Amino acid sequence: MMEEVKQEPPCLSVHGHSVKVAEVLQDGDGLTFLIVSQKLSGTGEYHVDRTYEDFEWLQQNLFTQEDVPGIQGVIFPPLPAKAQMNATAKIIRQLGFLALEEFKPYCTALETFLHQVAAHNLLRKNKALEIFLTSSEPPGRQRARKNIFNRLSQAVEEMRKEGHKDVDEFFQTKRDINLALTGCTKSAADKFLDVVLTEQKIAVACGHFAAALHLCVESGDDPDKAAFSKICVKLSAIFESMKKNMTNVAENDVSTLGLGLDLESRYQEAEKEMLFRRTCKLVELETARKNAEKAKPVKKPPLEEVKKAAETEFSHICEVAKQEIEHFEAARVKMVQQALLKWCEKQLHTARELADQYNQHLKAFRAM
Amino acid sequence: MASGTSRNPPPFPKNDETGEGLSNLPDGDSDEGEDIFVNNSMSPGVCQPVRGGELPAGDAGSHTSAQSNGVHSDEDNDLFSDAQLSTDKSGSSSQKELSSSSSSRPISSFSPSPAAMPTTSLEELEEEEDKDTFDVDVAVTNPEKVGDGMNAYVAYRVSTRTSLPMFKNRTFSVRRRFSDFLGLYEKLSVKQSLHGCIIPLPPEKSVVGMTKVKVGMDDPSSVEFVERRRAALERYLQRVVAHPLLIQDPDVREFLEKEDLPRASNTQALSGAGFLKMINKASEAVNKMTIKMNESDTWFEDKLQEVENEEQQLRKLHAVVDSLVNHRKELCGNTAVFAKSMAMLGNSEDNTALSRALSQLAEVEDKMEQLHQEQASSDFFIFAEVLADYIRLLGAVRGCFDQRMRAWQRWQEAQSSLQKKREVEAKLLWANKPDKLQQAKEEITEWEAKVTQYERDFDRIGMTVRKEVLRFEKEKTKDLKTQIIKYLESMLQSQQRLIKFWEAFLPEAKAIA
Repeated sequence: MMEEVKQEPPCLSVHGHSVKVAEVLQDGDGLTFLIVSQKLSGTGEYHVDRTYEDFEWLQQNLFTQEDVPGIQGVIFPPLPAKAQMNATAKIIRQLGFLALEEFKPYCTALETFLHQVAAHNLLRKNKALEIFLTSSEPPGRQRARKNIFNRLSQAVEEMRKEGHKDVDEFFQTKRDINLALTGCTKSAADKFLDVVLTEQKIAVACGHFAAALHLCVESGDDPDKAAFSKICVKLSAIFESMKKNMTNVAENDVSTLGLGLDLESRYQEAEKEMLFRRTCKLVELETARKNAEKAKPVKKPPLEEVKKAAETEFSHICEVAKQEIEHFEAARVKMVQQALLKWCEKQLHTARELADQYNQHLKAFRAM
Repeated sequence: MASGTSRNPPPFPKNDETGEGLSNLPDGDSDEGEDIFVNNSMSPGVCQPVRGGELPAGDAGSHTSAQSNGVHSDEDNDLFSDAQLSTDKSGSSSQKELSSSSSSRPISSFSPSPAAMPTTSLEELEEEEDKDTFDVDVAVTNPEKVGDGMNAYVAYRVSTRTSLPMFKNRTFSVRRRFSDFLGLYEKLSVKQSLHGCIIPLPPEKSVVGMTKVKVGMDDPSSVEFVERRRAALERYLQRVVAHPLLIQDPDVREFLEKEDLPRASNTQALSGAGFLKMINKASEAVNKMTIKMNESDTWFEDKLQEVENEEQQLRKLHAVVDSLVNHRKELCGNTAVFAKSMAMLGNSEDNTALSRALSQLAEVEDKMEQLHQEQASSDFFIFAEVLADYIRLLGAVRGCFDQRMRAWQRWQEAQSSLQKKREVEAKLLWANKPDKLQQAKEEITEWEAKVTQYERDFDRIGMTVRKEVLRFEKEKTKDLKTQIIKYLESMLQSQQRLIKFWEAFLPEAKAIA
């Protein structure tokens, strides 16, 4: 057991996997999320409304848990970027799949975040989570934000450390693979988004064609005109079917593989951050060792203390990191598999639907 | 990581090439004799009409005798029209051809209609249309580049299959180049006898397209251009041979049959927007007419309005289809890029099972790219091109109406000339100049004959236009129906292949865990 706490911190009073981001409401440019959780004891639910700032507050608290040794070795569940109404094109692109379908995927992503925090054995006992899920007062609105673990705010010279050679082959391999995977996954998610956006355009064009055909319909007794109008109406129906189908295809894409790739991509980033933190600690440790070695005997004791502390911290981090990586590998393969499977099943179903409709339309046309 | 499934989808029935852009079409590319005609393998039975009736023994006999004199078919018209005030010849001119779509080429029989037609009522004209069928099939295949450099051109094989006795053989083929098709149109469009007829339009010239082809026929855009042109030429010829008057024209027969055709000159006028310019010029001339026609029959006015409205609607439809085709092509590109990115992801993945599944996924996406390509082709060739055809045909229809107006104008002008001549005669009578009087009387007779002739011409053109428009409308509906069936079949087939791809991937996805 890694935890050296003296007393058991309070447990979560709700079922972690029951948490739902049930609704999203517009509040000016901002969004408010309605979160519902099932109480552990008996029946009953907590209903709370939270904004993105509240999520960030939660995340900060998770980052700054001081009572957990090796906390920096944790692969923190990734929080999606901030979403808002009337966002710039850049932000929308950055959000990718999460910005589509009126933020339904975004809600799913936030939900997943909360599930993962609640399921993480080191994180779920954090008071912040309990407050976040159950308190009627929004916790995060007034606090100042401190981005300790946010890579973006790290100084430029720290970036050099990323390439620092590792002492442990296991970790060096992991770092190399992670680097490749992060890039590839992001790229795949990006390209898939392009596919989905084009599918949506096709759906719209089919709808336009269906509508334009209706304009060709004429009333009157002329049998020729009637025959032509009938054809136009039927053809319009065909294109309506195509429109609906293509809309479903795009939705299937987003809700399964799209979300899957998005989550995988953000999780790879989270792993990358963890590995980077460990590398930074390694550099710190090596520096401390050097300092302690070089120091004159008078100055040695405090530097030895620093060195020992760094060694302990580093070893804790490695321990936690190894477990996290193992857990992460298993979880993500499962997650991707689920995404692929659901994607395939949904698309198969949708494809069969359209084939049936084509058959029906074909019969109707041949009979005319 | 076995890649058991092949990278290419099962070949489309008529496609030999893969990934060749829009040349992947189930349309008349194969060289086998029978296939070029009945090339919609999905529904060989769909557009085959019932072979009712006998071969053209009786009536064709009368026509071949007319043909062998090299006489134009409208002289037959005149022969009959005196007798019964009808331009319904016994059979040929009111043939109802089946759709001139590029896929269904039905082999129909030539069944004569009753010879005696007491009136030219619209209802009876319509009944006529339903009864008669045709027996000529044409196909345009095998585009081949001839020559090199900027003098190169593309020659197409034009194959005909027919049982009409006016042709020397039952099946035959010749090689023609694009300017030959343009030349045929030019010859037909200036014939007085065909005034009032809706003469089908060949595709437009394209300097850009042809220059690319002259440089090399291998790149996808050249392939697409040549295929598009081939299909358009085929539709053009099918419409020509389906027209009851045009099929009898010796120029048409020569085009189909003669080994070597003299090079058509003066096709410069038929460049790019040339056709529409020609037609619009005629419209302008009509609008500038000082004497406005007193339309006794509102049918023409109403119809012309309808035609103009329809043209607008078709333009809108065409624009929408165009945008749909572009999006599908975009989807093709995006799918290909996505497939590559998945392949890379699969390669970087260290988990073996996941790596394998992702690679399979990349292959599935590759196959889907092909599907999207084919769907884009379907949209394009079945809808976009046909809509474009009809937009131009409607222009030709407007042209017929203008020809009628010009015929009226000529008649009116003749009448006014006659009037002048009569005034001259009156003056001469009063001035008592007997020698000039004789000449004046001769001129009056001449102009009286002209007036009669022009009035007759005007009536004839009027009736031709009515018939043509009726025929066109029926034709259009049938054509559209055939195209839609073809489209549905092709989409259904695509969809079924898509289903197979998903079904094949499903076990791969399950096998990961």
